[in-house]
Amino acid sequence: MADNEVKGKERYKSGVISYKSMGYWQPDYEPINTDVIAMFRLVPAKGVDPEEVAAGVAGESSTATWTVVWTDRLTACELYRAKCYKCDLVPNTGPGTETEAQYFIYIAYDMDLFEPGSIANVTASIIGNVFGMKALKSLRLEDMHFPVAYLKTFDGPATGIIVERERMDKFGRPLLGATTKPKLGLSGRNYGRVVYEALKGGLDFVKDDENINSQPFMHWRDRFLYCMEAVNKASAATGEIKGHYLNVTAATMDQMIERAEFAKELGSVIIMIDLVIGYTAIQSMAKWCRANDMILHLHRAGNSTYSRQKNHGMNFRVICQWMRMAGVDHIHAGTVVGKLEGDPAMIHGFYDVLRETKNEVNLENGIFLEQDWASMNKVMPVASGGIHAGQMHQLIHHLGEDVVLQFGGGTIGHPQGIQAGATANRVALEVMIQARNEGRDYLAEGPEILQKAAKTCAPLKAALDTWKDITFNYESTDTADFVPSATTSN
Amino acid sequence: MMTNYGNRVTQGQFSFLPDLTDEEITAQIKYALDNKWAVNVEYSDDPHPRNTYWEMYGMPMFDMEDPAGILMEINECRKTFPNCYIRVMASDATRGTESVKMSYIVNRPSVEPGFNLVREERNSRSQGYTILPYACNKPEGERS
Repeated sequence: MADNEVKGKERYKSGVISYKSMGYWQPDYEPINTDVIAMFRLVPAKGVDPEEVAAGVAGESSTATWTVVWTDRLTACELYRAKCYKCDLVPNTGPGTETEAQYFIYIAYDMDLFEPGSIANVTASIIGNVFGMKALKSLRLEDMHFPVAYLKTFDGPATGIIVERERMDKFGRPLLGATTKPKLGLSGRNYGRVVYEALKGGLDFVKDDENINSQPFMHWRDRFLYCMEAVNKASAATGEIKGHYLNVTAATMDQMIERAEFAKELGSVIIMIDLVIGYTAIQSMAKWCRANDMILHLHRAGNSTYSRQKNHGMNFRVICQWMRMAGVDHIHAGTVVGKLEGDPAMIHGFYDVLRETKNEVNLENGIFLEQDWASMNKVMPVASGGIHAGQMHQLIHHLGEDVVLQFGGGTIGHPQGIQAGATANRVALEVMIQARNEGRDYLAEGPEILQKAAKTCAPLKAALDTWKDITFNYESTDTADFVPSATTSN
Repeated sequence: MMTNYGNRVTQGQFSFLPDLTDEEITAQIKYALDNKWAVNVEYSDDPHPRNTYWEMYGMPMFDMEDPAGILMEINECRKTFPNCYIRVMASDATRGTESVKMSYIVNRPSVEPGFNLVREERNSRSQGYTILPYACNKPEGERS
């Protein structure tokens, strides 16, 4: 018990006492194996005691309100009270540095505070009220830990990496995809043309973009019909199983289910949703996919609104955790070398959360809390945005083989056409996997390996000539606190 | 003849590359063995993309530690079924995987006729699709 905690009759006298004295600050507490743990980055409002704000976050995300209530005494309130047990100054912040003081605070919650199998309920507590408290200037949810007992109340990914590979008959290499471009404006007939060319050329998947739903220029049924014509024709042209992520995102649950049912009727192996549909809708679609043998692709549309800035919001890694529990099979999780935000160490952390059976603490990759995933299926990360065949060695080095590499512009923008663009990517991929398996130093020899393959593959040569050394080296905003990290892709 | 890149069935890890030499196949076998995966050889005259169960050319070689021994099995299979598709697979028994980790084609028929896409007209412009390998037009015993 903390020194300043008040107990017994005094504790429940009407009026206002500090959160610390209400019992939400317990520096001696040791988390037990039925605790959910949340770790936040906190900047207190000016002049406010960090431990008091930390206790406030614990209180307001569990049982507390601003004043004492006697009805606490009708409950097992000491169990239900979340306990902040650690409040550490973040390295390189506070007095003597250029950054105002930030604190990493650790809070333990009994797992019975959360409804079994409900991400919506977890989020309502953990990111519900507390981000708007006046006593804090900013707050960011950095990491979470869930006990296996609670984790097991979720189904997890509808399909998972292993079964997806078995269903798609594709092993031992990253999958290849592309997003149809332009993302808006194509008619159904023209849209399907892009899909057919890319799949016949060698990609495994083509994808709707996040904002392609059912606009005036292309009704969703038209898109589905033309895309499935393209998928089946490409499958017959290559002897491979192919897919197109049909985006079923719509205004209402009923409409999404209607679209998913139509995709299923047409024989699609995969459907797609956007993160913006919300946690409940995501879980509903995951349940539908599990019941209908469908792979579920999630586009992380909207996440940067709250995950990109380091001082406020939430870490994308926690979204990865929640989405694995919610049950998606694919999630966009960064490329390292492409056009979108992503520090290499942070992206390794996202991929670990999606693909590992157990996450050990790894401060370098931003993993503060260990997580045993028990036997929950793994999520296939998707790398998309500004990548091309010339980066194949870097992509495999950073992202490994359980990943979908999506070359949108890098396929459709190929000077010899879409099929050639797809072929260039596939040849680059296969030759690099071959080199990796042969034990070569493929990262160092990558450009040479690609040039050699290009001698017998004109499409690859044209791709390498067109995009040469295109890369996107900007400072990342979301970086590790514990190591100086290179934020470029060199 | 198929009209895609390479005019061939593109299943497996390396179908977009020139046919692997014995030396290159050996390097891939070594990779599987280094990872403690069991290698096996399968053959089929039916390249339908959903034809999962090709015939096994013997059991997975759980205890064979020499890549040359496995290459010998592959070459035996090639000799016995020269006009079939032959693939080398590797299985990982680790918990959380317990599935296939590698699959690549090492032999093909001299002619790859490809597939017929059969359409079935359904309601509201939708179609049912069936993919039929031309290679399977004849009964099983009379194909090669």
